[in-house]
Amino acid sequence: MPKYQCKELKATRLGFGEALVELGHENPNVVVLGGDVTGSVRTDLFMKAFPDRFISVGVSEQDMMGTAAGLALVGKIPFASTYGEFATGRPFDQIRQSIAYSELPVKICASHCGITVGPDGATHQSLEDIALMRILPHMTVASPCDYHQAKKMVKASVQWNHPIYIRFFRDNTPVFTDPNGAFEFGKADVLINGTEVTVIACGLQVWEAILAEEVLAAEKISCRVINMHTIKPLDKEAIVKAANETGAIVTAEDHQIHGGLGGAVAEVLAQTIPTPQEFVAVNDTFGESGKGDELMKKYGIAKDDIVKAVHKVLKRKRKL
Amino acid sequence: MERFDVVELKEMARQIRRDIIKELLISKSGHSGGPLGLADIFACLYFNILKVDPNNPRWEERDYFFLSAGHLCPVWYATLARRGFIPLTELTTLRKINGRLQGHPAPPWTHGVPGAEVASGALGQGLSIAVGCALGLRLDKKPNRVYVLHGDGELDEGQIWEAVMTAGHHKVDNLTAIVDRNNCQIDNYTDKVMELEPLADKWKAFNWHVLECDGNDIEQFLRTVKQAQELRGKPKVILAHTFMGKGVSFMENDYKWHGVPPNDEQGKQALSELTPTKYGDFIEFEWERQLVEVGAK
Ligand SMILES: Cc1ncc(C[n+]2csc(CCOP(=O)(O)OP(=O)(O)O)c2C)c(N)n1
Ligand SMILES: [Mg+2]
Repeated sequence: MPKYQCKELKATRLGFGEALVELGHENPNVVVLGGDVTGSVRTDLFMKAFPDRFISVGVSEQDMMGTAAGLALVGKIPFASTYGEFATGRPFDQIRQSIAYSELPVKICASHCGITVGPDGATHQSLEDIALMRILPHMTVASPCDYHQAKKMVKASVQWNHPIYIRFFRDNTPVFTDPNGAFEFGKADVLINGTEVTVIACGLQVWEAILAEEVLAAEKISCRVINMHTIKPLDKEAIVKAANETGAIVTAEDHQIHGGLGGAVAEVLAQTIPTPQEFVAVNDTFGESGKGDELMKKYGIAKDDIVKAVHKVLKRKRKL
Repeated sequence: MERFDVVELKEMARQIRRDIIKELLISKSGHSGGPLGLADIFACLYFNILKVDPNNPRWEERDYFFLSAGHLCPVWYATLARRGFIPLTELTTLRKINGRLQGHPAPPWTHGVPGAEVASGALGQGLSIAVGCALGLRLDKKPNRVYVLHGDGELDEGQIWEAVMTAGHHKVDNLTAIVDRNNCQIDNYTDKVMELEPLADKWKAFNWHVLECDGNDIEQFLRTVKQAQELRGKPKVILAHTFMGKGVSFMENDYKWHGVPPNDEQGKQALSELTPTKYGDFIEFEWERQLVEVGAK
């Protein structure tokens, strides 16, 4: 049995949509911008509940980011939401100048991230969004692992007075975290304690890591699992501690191998305690159409890939 | 290939509509409404208007065609298959892993379909590419024509209007843009999401020739393209008024059909409204065989 139970399948984007409605009731300054994908990113829930505070900008993501910046300037709490690629790649310079550099606390909430968005194909599979957002000064980057965490994160983002990018997924995925558990940006969750190796994962790979740990436990390998839900600011303490105590690191994410969570962790390790690390991520290639689970396997970011990466990193550790 | 006449084009357009329904019934994912609305225009383009060679998609003398609104690809794939660019049976592979019929098109040298020149799917990028292509051809004094097709919702994107201005400025008259004016996008009708009118005036103001026609009327569309081909001195845009979901009663002019496939029951209903053609389907479903058997008894 895995150490966490999958209680049901629910989408992280739904957690976002529901949190928005709660926020709408709690705070009259919350406004939502829609880019003609309202049903997909689940801002339809807010649109129905608060039509006056829902602003349709059409299919114009660059304009959306600028409009959100203007709204933030006058004290509104704007949530700008579309698909991951069109929320980061398309309006990158608008985000860089009008939001990050200008330090306006816009909440950029993107759904359909990662390769698991599936049949739509490579144009819609945002595999570079973590990298793009994380290199921007002032920007916070977060990726919830399930529906409950998505909801908590969105609610917490209102008090978080910085520009922020939050990443959601399309599919209904395992719900396994405690709805009443604490949440804090920048503070990683150690889900499973272990002594020989640590898997640091974000998003959907957290569940894959939990499944991988079950396999590893059966092989008598003691594996720590960390849910690194905030990629920036990164919980350096948790990483250094894991490197010190376990001496081997595997990172796992639904993102390009370059510039994502793996890169962020490697940067910390290089500057503190250089440690063997293996990267479970999409290996510098674009995706393609297919089903989410098929693509996870073909592109090497599923449970089995984490197990293999652990075996590999342990070999390297023993050679040291 | 001989250019198809209006009667043949109508038959081909109906076959393309049947193909779209069947593609989507198999893929269980993808866009129904826009593609169905465009079957007449695609039949005209590939069986009458465009200079293309299915055996040599990169033929130097070809007309260039760009599908800027990549989500409309089910109609493009069906048309390319009917024209011989890909085998008809490949239409069973739409959106499947290891296939060439990507959910949004890619060119063959990545992993996409012969006939595609570039990738599309992120809206709003095709006009700039078409303008660049047309400018390059003009520099080389080449006679090839350039066509690009846009959705109307796609016109919300700012890059479109940057390219509209560039094309007008450079008087790119070897370029024809076609806008699928179906008044629908994802969230709602276009006037609810983002008002586009007065649309013809906008293009005129950016120094384009503007033509309008019924994009579901094959004769009108052919005539309008001919007219566009004669016009000189400015780029040309055809605002083609179509109906989303054209040909399937319960889909017509309903924006909710933008991005969903029919379920089996809806698919059966759709195919019963689109009578079979002399070209034949690319696949016969089990239930169709049973229908024929029941009919025979
Ligand atoms: C840059 C970008 N933003 C958003 C989308 C999502 N999207 C796909 S189609 C579409 C609506 C386009 O409307 P229209 O061009 O009129 O197509 P139709 O609904 O008529 O098929 C949107 C918003 C996208 N593909 N690309
Ligand atoms: Mg439209």
